[in-house]
Amino acid sequence: MADQALKRTRLYDWHVRAGARMVAFAGWEMPVQYPTGPIEEHKRVRSSAGLFDIDHMGQFRMSGPNAEAFLQRMQTWDVSRTAVHQAHYGLMCYDDGGVVDDVFLYHLPDHWLVVVNAANREKDLAWLQAHVGDADVTLRDVSEETYMIALQGPKAQAILQRVTDVDLSQLPFHGVIEGTVAGVPAVVGATGYTGEYGYELFFTADEAVHVWEALLEAGEPDGLIPCGLAARDTLRAEACLPLYGHEIHSEIDPISAGLRFAVRFDKGNFLGRDALLKVHLEGPEYRLVAFEMVERGVPRQGYEVVANGISVGEVTTGLYSPTTDRYVGMAYVPTEFAAVGTELSIIIRDRPRAARVVRRPFYVPAYRRR
Amino acid sequence: MDYKFDPTVRYGKTHEWARVEGDEVVVGISDYAQDALSDVVYVELPEVGTTVKQGEPCAVVESVKAAEDVYSPVTGEVVAVNEALADTPELVNEDPYGKAWFFRVKMADPSELDNLMDAEAYKAYLESEAH
Repeated sequence: MADQALKRTRLYDWHVRAGARMVAFAGWEMPVQYPTGPIEEHKRVRSSAGLFDIDHMGQFRMSGPNAEAFLQRMQTWDVSRTAVHQAHYGLMCYDDGGVVDDVFLYHLPDHWLVVVNAANREKDLAWLQAHVGDADVTLRDVSEETYMIALQGPKAQAILQRVTDVDLSQLPFHGVIEGTVAGVPAVVGATGYTGEYGYELFFTADEAVHVWEALLEAGEPDGLIPCGLAARDTLRAEACLPLYGHEIHSEIDPISAGLRFAVRFDKGNFLGRDALLKVHLEGPEYRLVAFEMVERGVPRQGYEVVANGISVGEVTTGLYSPTTDRYVGMAYVPTEFAAVGTELSIIIRDRPRAARVVRRPFYVPAYRRR
Repeated sequence: MDYKFDPTVRYGKTHEWARVEGDEVVVGISDYAQDALSDVVYVELPEVGTTVKQGEPCAVVESVKAAEDVYSPVTGEVVAVNEALADTPELVNEDPYGKAWFFRVKMADPSELDNLMDAEAYKAYLESEAH
């Protein structure tokens, strides 16, 4: 990997000119923060709006008479429940229940758009191709030609409305529709991964700079700023939204990860169903918990978790939470240590520091407060 | 290079500064260091009464993304620490040469100061490191 050239998005030059710090992430050279700094970027998304270049994410287009049936077999989610003009979260699992990837499914009139994690793009495509067989499905990786931007925050709707012909007041949470943004044909999804209301926009990659600048200009009166990967990570972690490679991976099943809502046993067979049903019926051995530090210190991914003097797990995500001003994290622990209030220790630089299990999430997402 | 340099302190190659006050030095990290870290969210200080050694790690400063060791610029006994950094670690970004001092050391060997750079030399050092 080290000597492989990093990929750059069409906004790379823009980011550099804006003073962004660029870092290697999942094979891409991406902005981790702008001169504003990650904490201000984080707070801006919570209070107003932030704009994210998320073109490193992969997009697959699936169409054909068997597309839905094929997705049904590959997904834990019951895709028949996701009507045209809706989007939903789902997971692809191996036979043993481990997660291939978590994805977002956008149901459009004549196709499905499946958004996958950047690091998993090739793996996911190979996985889907290996299972498509002779089903009448056209599966295409459209990541190169499709650009993806996220506009997130309480002011996102007002800002986007200034540059789109879509009536956003008619677009429900997790709705998806085709229209134009800054004059460019686009798919507008009322989705995102920050815990705020917002939008994810898909359009032709050639228009990346035009759309990005139009949105920033439209959002200037509301304080819209570009935000980097660091803010994206603290935002999703505060809302306890899982991230592949942290809370979910091939060794973890969605039930243990607390993602039961995205697994529908009643829809019939799908890859991983037997293994997941077993975990569901018997109860998971390990559970993902949220914890806060009682003693000060920043927990980080990989740090050891101790309960009753024995090592019970590792931190999957740990950070300073700007919105709640606490040091918090997530970890897998045996079920008997998962109850809210359980005392844990996190080993930070060889020293145990007190922590306790708290209710998830650290920050209740806007769409759950209604 | 657009960083602030303090002509009244001496700098270590690991970006700490030391301001001599009698037989004690006050220690902090440079403007360059705080900028490189970006938003500081946690500072761990040595305990008062412990002995620190020149060039050895004795504190930790953590940003949103990473934890970095802070090395003592001199050898001696820690006689005070800046408790304010526990509640307001962002002072490191806001006022690296002032309110965000880390700790104070009673020097064991003042000749160690000769191993540190003045502001001009530190500036030149950063410029050479950048190439």
